[in-house]
Amino acid sequence: MAKGRYGIHGGQYIPESLMDEVLKLEKAYEFYKNDPDFNNELNALLAEYAGRPSLLYYAEKMTKDLGGAKIYFKREDLNHTGSHKINNVLGQALLAKKMGKTRIIAETGAGQHGVATATAAALLGLECEIFMGEEDTIRQALNVYRMELLGAKVNAVKTGTRTLKDAVNECMREWTMRMDDTLYVLGSVMGPHPFPMIVRDFQSVISREARAQILEKEGKLPDVVMACVGGGSNAMGMFYEFIKDESVKLIGCEAAGLGADTDKTAATVTTGSIGVFHGMKSYFCQDEYGQIAPVYSISAGLDYPGVGPEHANLHDIGRAQYVPVTDDEAVDAFEYIARTEGIIAAIESSHAVAHLMKIAPKMDKDQIIICCLSGRGDKDVAAIARYRGVDLHE
Amino acid sequence: MSKIREAFNNKKAFVGFLTAGDPSLDKTEEFILTMQDAGASVIEIGVPFSDPIAETPVVQEANVRALSAEGGCTTDMIFDMLANVKDKVTVPIVLMTYLNPVFKYGYEAFIKKCSETGVAGLIIPDMPYDEREEILPTAEKYDVDIISLVAPASKSRIRMIAGDAKGYIYVLPSLDAADGRKDVLTDISDIVAQIRKVTDVPVVLEIGVDYPEAEYETIADGFVVENAIVNLIAKHGKDAAKPIYDYVKKTVENL
Repeated sequence: MAKGRYGIHGGQYIPESLMDEVLKLEKAYEFYKNDPDFNNELNALLAEYAGRPSLLYYAEKMTKDLGGAKIYFKREDLNHTGSHKINNVLGQALLAKKMGKTRIIAETGAGQHGVATATAAALLGLECEIFMGEEDTIRQALNVYRMELLGAKVNAVKTGTRTLKDAVNECMREWTMRMDDTLYVLGSVMGPHPFPMIVRDFQSVISREARAQILEKEGKLPDVVMACVGGGSNAMGMFYEFIKDESVKLIGCEAAGLGADTDKTAATVTTGSIGVFHGMKSYFCQDEYGQIAPVYSISAGLDYPGVGPEHANLHDIGRAQYVPVTDDEAVDAFEYIARTEGIIAAIESSHAVAHLMKIAPKMDKDQIIICCLSGRGDKDVAAIARYRGVDLHE
Repeated sequence: MSKIREAFNNKKAFVGFLTAGDPSLDKTEEFILTMQDAGASVIEIGVPFSDPIAETPVVQEANVRALSAEGGCTTDMIFDMLANVKDKVTVPIVLMTYLNPVFKYGYEAFIKKCSETGVAGLIIPDMPYDEREEILPTAEKYDVDIISLVAPASKSRIRMIAGDAKGYIYVLPSLDAADGRKDVLTDISDIVAQIRKVTDVPVVLEIGVDYPEAEYETIADGFVVENAIVNLIAKHGKDAAKPIYDYVKKTVENL
């Protein structure tokens, strides 16, 4: 059995054409992750460019209003480019440069990862191409233009369901055709080894900071740590340093779309089964013959039929719990946190906020929840207005 | 000697490829016999998949046609079709499938079905050498060859892969070459030379153009043009038998 396993999940299920390059990436990463110069450069970028550390914000009004556990938000939405994606992208783009690559490519769903990748490419002087499902280029037209402003070429993917999974397919194809000068900057803790490990390592800064911040503010560990899960990069980053703290409950919030009991859902752990796809063994939404199912969520960033292999294993061993959250619940939470805390959170992150609203009132006042606000919601405002039947004239 | 090895005896093999269920499974059954009659030595049948990440756009479209055809095209329906045609087929049948349909069906159940329906080999494009241990013992138990894939980018991996190969070795071109956008295969002679150092298993080259260049013809044991027959089916649909026959016959004569 090859490397990169999380229990039975993970692995390197990719075409032979990519194997040599993926092994090269693994070797380069194993070297640079311990290289002081690499780490100094990355930490400087995170501090001086991305704006880290991000705030751990005490949501006093929500705490009071919900009347239970003390609520903290890890404010990844305040990072440069407006989401946690920049943490991973700066790491991978710097790695690409060290490996002598001059071009980076990436898939994107909502456009957050695409914007972050285009940003890092502009900063580090790399050529950049983004692959985005045609459906998503329509849902998130503003982000397409944003990427173009940053100098990236955006390719609308017209195969399959024309969403995130098809963008990943196309990105893998593109990488196969052009590996010599190109690194595929994968946006989540998914794909073949070493990507789930690399992305998790770069995102684990979220929990490293949050753990130190909560110990400083409260003098104790939180009772619950939660985040939304599509592929699962912000959740993995938010969970990672807390995995060893057994008293801390970890909750991942999946996009249930119209409901986990309907076929318009993207709740992979809740409704999926084990399979092998996009380079990894994990849970996938699929039919009885292993055809990958079309999934649905209001959130383009969570609209993915799989989940990262480390999450699949955390589920298997019972270390983390994965719960479905519907479009309706997420939109309510989007509006609630805006009104109550003055924060417009991404519709993705609002899935976690929605579940938080369910559990916080049932917890004691001396208990603590940390919820990751993975991104800001400016990009979603028009879609939420449409959802509420508001006619916007831009 | 395995059925697949026999197919390469004393001749250059033409390997025909099509996607099952495109435009219908009845037609797939007919086209298999057409290819055999026209002189194909091995027939590769693609199991349509929702997300064929390693395929050319031409074959991707065939996958979409098969899966969206009336009545669909499931793994069980493909096995039923193969069982129907089994007694009429004398050349080895090789299934080309992504790993997930095999995994979901169950390795044991899928490979047992292969052996019952006369499938002699499996090509799994998203299962590299490094991950094949989980399926290999089952394949060996039922005497179904797992066909090894070698790519121009395999470099130092070529000898490792070739050393354990069974059936034949499938040498992939770069994706753009497979798509006919580039007719030169990178360092192909060197790849074949490396393979020959460690094994006498036949070497099949996937080429993007209709006829192999003279240089390749000498060094390889067989050829597959992934797009050629699929293109004929895309163009002629259910009436593709005659064009397929003519194409295969002409190609085989030219080898």
